[in-house]
Amino acid sequence: MEVRVQEADFDVGVETRALSAGRTDVGAVSTFLGLVRGASDGVQCMTLEHYPGMTEQSLADIVAEAKQRWSLLGVRVIHRVGPLQPGDQIVFVGVAGAHRGEAIAACEFIMDFLKTRAPFWKKEQTPEGSRWVDARDADDASAARWLDVESRR
Amino acid sequence: MNLTILYFASLRESLGMAKEAVVLPGDVDSVGALRQHLSARGDAWQRLAPGHNVRAAVNQQMAADEHALAAGDEVAFFPPVTGG
Repeated sequence: MEVRVQEADFDVGVETRALSAGRTDVGAVSTFLGLVRGASDGVQCMTLEHYPGMTEQSLADIVAEAKQRWSLLGVRVIHRVGPLQPGDQIVFVGVAGAHRGEAIAACEFIMDFLKTRAPFWKKEQTPEGSRWVDARDADDASAARWLDVESRR
Repeated sequence: MNLTILYFASLRESLGMAKEAVVLPGDVDSVGALRQHLSARGDAWQRLAPGHNVRAAVNQQMAADEHALAAGDEVAFFPPVTGG
């Protein structure tokens, strides 16, 4: 599946290799791996909530938009939900292309829009109690860049 | 008009409700009108009033206040997203 939302962990090596398995037209695979940040922020654990159905659809829409912008040979997006610990893998984006330019750009594009459009919400547990994470203006600005700039290569 | 409304994350917690079925008066025919209608319940519900940074989706697509509602729609309200 191109897009997966799951509680289970994933294997980055397996997911990365799957993007080029059995084909010889892929010249570049760009990946992003997001992890749960912990100790320095006082986070003991975290819970990821999502909107079943809409979350998967919004990720699929973001992937479809990336495929319109760049000529891509494969995309895989995995996002975990449920309880997570500091250091846990939380999100994986892998993009295969003929050349690195489109693969790297599309990988960043997908992450920027995932952060601002896909319905996920983080709740952190700290020694002071639990708190919902606030959305960051910097994430909106990162996504907005793609709307201003012609990014085709 | 019959609708299903879903609430997520901090909004779900402060309202103490994840889902409800509502029957709306005829003049509540848009996302914006529904926000006004629900916020009139007072207290935590006032977070649904315009200007409180609560997003809306209709049938699992993001929807602006002008979006018209139809019977059977699934409407969702939630805070800005924080995944990734």
